[in-house]
Amino acid sequence: MTALTKFLRRKPKVEQPHEVARPRTPVESAAVDISPNDPLIAYFQSATGAVELDGLELESPAKEALKEAGMKLVVPLISQGELIGLLNLGPRLSERDYSGDDRKLLDNLAAHAAPAVRVAQLVRQQEAEVRTRERIEQELRVAQLIQQQFLPKELPNLPRWQVAAYYQPARTVGGDFYDFIDLPDGHIGIVVGDVTDKGVPAALVMATTHSILRGDAPRLVSPAEVLKHANDRLYPEIPARMFVTCLYMVLNPETGHLRFANAGHNLPYVRSEGRVTELLATGMPLGLMPDMTYEEKEAVLEPGQSLLLHSDGLAEAHGPGDEMFGFPRLMGLVGVSEGGSSLIDRLLSELHSFTGADWEQEDDITLVTLERSAASPSMSASASNSAHTLAEFTVASEPGNERLAMERVAEAVKELGLESSRLERLRTAVSEGTMNAIEHGNYNRADLDVTVHVAASDEEVIVRITDLGGGREIPGEVETPDIEAKLDGLQTPRGWGLFLIKNMVDDMQVSSDEHTHTIELSLKLKGNGNGS
Amino acid sequence: MAAKLFGATVRSHDGVAVIDLSGEVNAGADARLDAAYSEAVATGASSVLLNFEAVDYINSTGIALIVGILARSKKERREVLACGLSEHYRKIFEITRVADFMHLFQDEQTAIKQAS
Repeated sequence: MTALTKFLRRKPKVEQPHEVARPRTPVESAAVDISPNDPLIAYFQSATGAVELDGLELESPAKEALKEAGMKLVVPLISQGELIGLLNLGPRLSERDYSGDDRKLLDNLAAHAAPAVRVAQLVRQQEAEVRTRERIEQELRVAQLIQQQFLPKELPNLPRWQVAAYYQPARTVGGDFYDFIDLPDGHIGIVVGDVTDKGVPAALVMATTHSILRGDAPRLVSPAEVLKHANDRLYPEIPARMFVTCLYMVLNPETGHLRFANAGHNLPYVRSEGRVTELLATGMPLGLMPDMTYEEKEAVLEPGQSLLLHSDGLAEAHGPGDEMFGFPRLMGLVGVSEGGSSLIDRLLSELHSFTGADWEQEDDITLVTLERSAASPSMSASASNSAHTLAEFTVASEPGNERLAMERVAEAVKELGLESSRLERLRTAVSEGTMNAIEHGNYNRADLDVTVHVAASDEEVIVRITDLGGGREIPGEVETPDIEAKLDGLQTPRGWGLFLIKNMVDDMQVSSDEHTHTIELSLKLKGNGNGS
Repeated sequence: MAAKLFGATVRSHDGVAVIDLSGEVNAGADARLDAAYSEAVATGASSVLLNFEAVDYINSTGIALIVGILARSKKERREVLACGLSEHYRKIFEITRVADFMHLFQDEQTAIKQAS
């Protein structure tokens, strides 16, 4: 009844229906508050027209208040059967009573005024709703801002490891987070966590947890100790009914050795030759109970194996029939996919075909993947052990982008000081390799990327060019083109690419798996007999 | 990256039709190179000199185009020479044996002198 009361407060404006032609100063009466359960309300609700207050026999504080304010006649404003306001009139200035004609006129006026007043009320109500919505949106933006502030700006650059991360907040913003922390001895701390609850409070707890972990990790190192300490510090401060699930692991990138502890977060999956295992360590979520201890486990990620850390958002996504994406499905996909960013791409595309196009994301999705590169048979052990990454980038599969790849590789190897003839050879080989990847691997599809990885050891520079043309047979020995046959028109004049590459570099190896195709070029830093 | 457009213009030098090439010899050079060669043939010269002085990039598709020109010239029993190649591309022409069918000269003067 707020609207009604407000309306009553503004009202008594109509007076002197018969003498409207004579200019008069309108008389403002005092506002009258009517309680929603006053019997007068029910009376007006069912009244058929203007009501004379003097003749009204009703026990009603509102009636008395109206009379006291000098009101004589009240015309209920009814719209669609609902009482939405009152037209209150004082005594006629001529001091005569209201006539039948007056009342008819007022009833008529009320019938027209009621819908207009109703519309005005609805507009005001809607404006209030818009303001509320804007406030909520604003709060979401703040939460998002806080959360994004604490996500890593870049991924760690680990030679021979493919590290990829994906984070997509739900519209209402859950409390997911992940982090990479540089530790002593070149070790890397990896965190994935999820704060229960949403919005600004969750974002603030996330920020606190982030800071605690960042502060403790380099000092304590032991994952179980780090989580125990975080729990000790969070428990007294965390708002009621809020807690944080969190997985923390420490990776030695040199050996693939992992130490990890888990505060109630989803178990990471490890893929090893098509088999998937979970890394299990027990522990309660952070902030839930005091004095918790955490189990600490160890594992080794061998070359070729990959690891997935994940929050609930993916496995607990619902399809159109309300069925869940589920952990078994996720585990199955990890088993049949490459690691690194291709695993993330695969999971997201499976998720989207599972949920359909109209899906509104229910919870934040966080995915972190690590893959330890398989030992390359083409590289000598000494070279592979000491090679370090100079650059990794992608180019879209559009004709002409091979030049872009060529320039970027040239830029990346600048520090190696290759003599110019060797640099020219590398440029040509990279350009040709990338052109093959664009044309024959990715069929000039601009939406597909060619990945170029540049590494160097003390002896050589190694460039790997990868396209998505996997699952096909790799040609054996590169044939020397028969130029006589070409000149005699017996063969197409084309077909120089691979031959050219092979002759530009010291070694060329081609490998392929189900999805990708890679050409690896090695060029010794110092020239030898190879024509340079 | 803005690719440098391929260009090919024909002029006569002591009875030799010289094709001045410029920019990038790649897939985009196909039609223009072919037209320039036809133009050179139309001058009636028995020798055609490809001048690579202003060329800064040749890829495998560009090599295929040159092999195509050599196939045409072989049929017509016309001599094709080349000059102005950088050391790198000279090497590539040798590796691909294109140099076996097209004499490479350091500069235009030497090439014109040697043209039969």
